Amino acid sequence: MKRLSLSQAFWFLLRRDLLLALRNRSELANPLLFFVLVITLFPLAVGAEPNLLARIAPGIIWVAALLASMLSLDGIFRSDFEDGTLEQMLLSAHPVPILVLAKVTAHWLVTGLPLLLVAPLLAMMLGLDEDAYGILLLTILLGTPVLSLIGSIGVALTIGLRKGGIILSLLVLPLYVPVLIFSSSAIDVASSGLPATAQLSMMMAFLFLSLSLSPVATAAALKMSMS
Amino acid sequence: MSALLQTSDLTCVKDDRVLFEDLNISLSAGQMLLVEGKNGSGKTSLLRILTGLNLPESGYVLWKGEPIDKVGPDYYEQVNYIGHHDGIKRDLTCLENLRLVQAMGKPLPIDLDDALDKVNLYRFGDNFVATLSAGQKRRLAMARLVVTEAKLWIMDEPFTSLDKASMAMFQQMFEQHLANGGVIVMTSHHDIEMPDSDVVRLNLSE
Repeated sequence: MKRLSLSQAFWFLLRRDLLLALRNRSELANPLLFFVLVITLFPLAVGAEPNLLARIAPGIIWVAALLASMLSLDGIFRSDFEDGTLEQMLLSAHPVPILVLAKVTAHWLVTGLPLLLVAPLLAMMLGLDEDAYGILLLTILLGTPVLSLIGSIGVALTIGLRKGGIILSLLVLPLYVPVLIFSSSAIDVASSGLPATAQLSMMMAFLFLSLSLSPVATAAALKMSMS
Repeated sequence: MSALLQTSDLTCVKDDRVLFEDLNISLSAGQMLLVEGKNGSGKTSLLRILTGLNLPESGYVLWKGEPIDKVGPDYYEQVNYIGHHDGIKRDLTCLENLRLVQAMGKPLPIDLDDALDKVNLYRFGDNFVATLSAGQKRRLAMARLVVTEAKLWIMDEPFTSLDKASMAMFQQMFEQHLANGGVIVMTSHHDIEMPDSDVVRLNLSE
């Protein structure tokens, strides 16, 4: 029998990771719960002042999304590293960047996509301008995959370290900042009724850049960490 | 017969200690290399260098005369590596694990239930790996050898947590593989009884 084609291998690994996530549902809910909790705490702390909350809503939502994504990063490769399946993945007959992309995609579907679903509800709670809802969803749709993709490089570099958590945050957070700036600025601009095309184009550029470069970098970093 | 797996002047340095120097190995179809040596003498390092997971300080590993990093996927397709870790997922069933193994390598057209039978795990197909014993997990990890088509088997202490009967069973499987023109490189603290096979011994402590 011939080995699977590239796309078959990609879908196979993606399905396997989603199945594993489904069987560990509590871990799946973690980032989402964090996202919701952080945002609901803000009105309590800042006070129920509609104008102020609406003003800072873009920032709150995106900082929370960023931290929620960081919280879940380690899970991309941790269990595979510990039980040796990561080793086998590196030894597979398929190009490692494609397999990495499958794993990161699964990770995003499990941790990033749910944020997209609850974000409108939280935006409503914070009193965000209704015109900005569409842009908010777009920034999350474009931004969270970038977070997962960039984060995977950091995880791959630190997976071999016993206490890589702090280094991981220091490594990855600076790279997250552009996403944070452009996404919250896009929502800001949209809620003042102006077009956010420029910011969204930049985010699209981030997405394609990280989509094409990060799997290669992650694969190389994994090889380094495993040796 | 021309050599399948060769190393040329392989040197491995770990934490400023030279583990082995200018190592030249040549294995042809049907030969098995048994790597021996004390703890920390570089057995695992050698095996990982042969798989390409680790890089040697200097020297090359050659597959059919070509450096393995040049051969790439066509080399990995030919290699089955069994390391210290079993490389199977706790939260998948035995069958799901075998399907994954097949998807990542070059699958053999074998019924997966038969494959499980070959490693004495018949009827465990739908059991989660988390419920298996250590020895059963090891046998499932070894089932990788049955479901994929690879010429070169590289195994690091394959008999860990296996009982005597399983060890005998796997040694028979190894003999069969060698008779079919395969190549095996392995380390083991257990006594190997494969009188009919061409076993080359390499002691790294000497």
